[in-house]
Amino acid sequence: MFTLAWLIPVFPALAWLIIGLSGKEMQNTGSQLAIPAVVVSLVCSVITLVQVAGGAQPETSWTWLEWPGFAISFGLQVDPLSAMMLVVVSLVSTLVQVYSLGYMAGDGHYSRYYANLSLFTAAMLTLVMADNYLLLLMAWEIVGLCSYLLIGHYFQNSGVPQAANKAFLTTRVGDIGLIIALAALFAGTGTFSFSEVFALAESGGIAQSTLVWITIGLFLGAAGKSAQLPFQVWLPDAMAGPTPVSALIHAATMVAAGVYLIARSLPLYLAVPEVMQLIAWVGGLTALLAAAVGLVVHDIKKVLAYSTISQLGYMMLGLGVGAYYPGVFHLMTHAFFKALLFLAAGSVIHAVHTQDMRRMGGLAKRLPYTSAAFLIGALALAGVYPFAGFYSKDSILAEVYLSGHRVLFWLGILAAVITAFYITRAVVLTFWHRPRSEAAAEAHESGPVMTVPLVILSLLALSAGWLGAEFAGNLLPRFLGSEVHHTDAVHRMVTLVASLAAMLGIGSALAFYHFRWFDPQRMAQRFSRLHRILQQAYGFDALYMRVFVQGTISLSEQVSRFDLNVIDKFVNWVGSATRSLAMGIAKLDRVLIDGFVVGMGTGLDLAGEKVRRWQSGQIANYLLSLVWAVLISILTFKIFG
Amino acid sequence: MIPLSWLVTLAGLLFGIGLLGALLSTNAVRMLISIELMLNAVNINLVAFSRYYGASQPHGEIAAIFAMVVGAAEAAVGLAIFVAVARNSKLIDIDKINLLKW
Repeated sequence: MFTLAWLIPVFPALAWLIIGLSGKEMQNTGSQLAIPAVVVSLVCSVITLVQVAGGAQPETSWTWLEWPGFAISFGLQVDPLSAMMLVVVSLVSTLVQVYSLGYMAGDGHYSRYYANLSLFTAAMLTLVMADNYLLLLMAWEIVGLCSYLLIGHYFQNSGVPQAANKAFLTTRVGDIGLIIALAALFAGTGTFSFSEVFALAESGGIAQSTLVWITIGLFLGAAGKSAQLPFQVWLPDAMAGPTPVSALIHAATMVAAGVYLIARSLPLYLAVPEVMQLIAWVGGLTALLAAAVGLVVHDIKKVLAYSTISQLGYMMLGLGVGAYYPGVFHLMTHAFFKALLFLAAGSVIHAVHTQDMRRMGGLAKRLPYTSAAFLIGALALAGVYPFAGFYSKDSILAEVYLSGHRVLFWLGILAAVITAFYITRAVVLTFWHRPRSEAAAEAHESGPVMTVPLVILSLLALSAGWLGAEFAGNLLPRFLGSEVHHTDAVHRMVTLVASLAAMLGIGSALAFYHFRWFDPQRMAQRFSRLHRILQQAYGFDALYMRVFVQGTISLSEQVSRFDLNVIDKFVNWVGSATRSLAMGIAKLDRVLIDGFVVGMGTGLDLAGEKVRRWQSGQIANYLLSLVWAVLISILTFKIFG
Repeated sequence: MIPLSWLVTLAGLLFGIGLLGALLSTNAVRMLISIELMLNAVNINLVAFSRYYGASQPHGEIAAIFAMVVGAAEAAVGLAIFVAVARNSKLIDIDKINLLKW
C-alpha cells in the first residue's frame, strides 16, 4: 500500500539542514521554510493516521550493519500508537511554530531557533516511528541535544547555560540506564527490533534477570527524559528557554519520549510485575510531590513546569499498573492542554514582560483570548467535565483502582485535588481581580499568529478527551487495540471521587485567592516548615548540588592534587633522570668515542711522521733494505719452511 | 765437467761484488754496471742449474736470455734517467741526487 509515512520526518529534517546551512542568508526568514515543512509533515501524519485506522501497518526495514552471524537492521513502522504520536507531535509542533512567529519576532537568533525546532520535531517524529531500540536511542539523543540547544536559546542571559547543562546532564544520567538496557537487551536477545523482542518476551525467551536489567534501565532513561523522581530537577530550570519551547518540550516532544518509551516497551514490563510496581510508585509519588510544589511557586511557568512533572507522574502511574491505553490517552490530552497552557502563559509573558504572578492580575479584561484559552487549559488540567483531562485522568485512576493499589489511588486523588488547587490559584492570580503592576494594567492582546494557535489548542483541550468517551464509541481505545475493562459501577465511583476532588481543589483555591476567606500568607506562616520545604522543592536541588556538583568538584580537586603531587612529580623525575643519564652518556661519548676517533687520527698522524723519514731518497738505502728483506725472507723460509 | 759448486760459488762471488758495488758506489753509472754484474751472476746460476738438473730441455738458458734482454732494457732506461738528471743538475753522484726524498 502506498504510504507517505516515511516522508514525515524528512521535511523538518530538510528544513533544519537548509536553515542551518544558510546561516545569515536566512536570518529572519527561517520560519518561511520551517513552518511549511512541519505543515506538510502534519498533513502526511494525518493521512497516515487515517490509513492506519483503516487497518494498514506500514513498515520498512533495511540492514544497517552486518556481521557474519547477525545483522543490525534499521526500520520505521507505524502502528496505532505511532500514528497517534505522529499527529500529536506534528500538530503541536506546527502550532508552536506558528505561535513563535509572533513570540520570537525580532529575536536575534530567529533562524537558529527555527532550525532547532525543526530538528527537534524531526527527531521526535523519528523516535515514535522507529521499529527498533537502536534507532529510538539515536532519535532520543538528538531530542536531548535539541532540548539543550533550545533551553539555552537565550544563552547570553545569566543562568540559562546552567539550566541547559542541567537539563542535558540530568537526562544523560538516565540515558546511561537506557544504554545499559540496550546492551542487556542485545546480549539477551541478539536483536533490537521491537516485534522480535516483544515476541521473545511473551514466549518467555528472555531470562528473568536480563529482563529486570532491561526494564529498570529503560525506566531510568524514561524517568530522566520525563522528569520523574529523582530526575525531576531539570524540568523547572528548563523554563529558561523561550516559552513556546517550553510548550513543545513539555507537551509533545521531549518529556513525552519517556512515557512513549515505557508505553512502547509495556510487553517487556508485563513480564516483570516488580518493576511495574516500581514505576507505579515512582509515578504516583512524582504526581503528588510535584503538584505540591506547584502550590507555592510564584513564577507562572514554574507552576506549569511542576504541573508537567506531576501529570507525567500520572502517566507513569497508569503505565505502572499496566494501563496502556489510559497512559497513552493522558499523554495525548496532556500534550494538547499543556501546550495550550504554556502558549497562553507565553502570551501573558509577552504582554506583561514578567513571569511573576504577583505582578500580574486583572488580565482577563486586557487579554480576552489568552485568558479564555488559559481557563480552558486549566479546566482540562484540573479534570473538569467535559474537558480532556477529565476523561484521561479518570481512566488512569479507574485502572489504578481496579489494579488494587488503594494507596496509589488515593495518592492520585490527592494529587488531583492539589492540581485543581494550584491551577485555579494561577488563574485567579494572573487573570482576575485588579492589576498589581503597571505592565499588567497596560497589557495588550497579542496578534492573530499567537491567538489562532491558542484557539485551535483550546478546541483540542476541550474535545480531545471525547475520543476516549463512551458516547463517542470508545474511539481511541479501539484504535489503540486496548479493551476498556472497568465496570460501570467502578467507573461511576471513580468519576464521582475524581470530580469531587477537582471541585474541592478549585473551591478551596477560590476560597483562598478569590473570595479571600482565608489568608494564604497566614497559612504559609502557620505551616512555615512545610511551606519552606515546598519552596525548596524538597531540597533536591540543594542535595544534588552538594552531593553531585560539590562531590564532582572535590573529587576533581583530589584528582588534580594527585596529578600535581604524584603524576607531575613522577614525570618531572623521569625528565631529570633522563637528563642526567643523557649527560652521563654525553661524557662517555666525549671521553671514549671521541677519544678513540681523535686518538686514531693523531696516532696515524704521528706514525706517518715517523715512517716518512724512511723515505730518505738515497737509492743505496732502498737497495740495502731490499737486501735485508730478501735475507730475512730466506732465513724465515729456512727456519719455518 | 766443472762441478756445480764451483759455478755457484762463482755466481755468489759475482753477485756479492755487484751488490757491494751497487751499495757502495757513488757514481750512478758504476752502480748500473754493478747491477749488470748481479744480473749476470743470476744468469750463470740459471744456466748452471739447467745444465745439471734439466739437461734435456734448455729452460734455464731461455730464462737467461730473457734476463739479458730485460737487463739491457733496464740499463737503457736507467742510463736515460741519469743522462736526463745530469743534463738538468750537472750531477752524477747518487748520494747527492735525492729528488725522491720525503
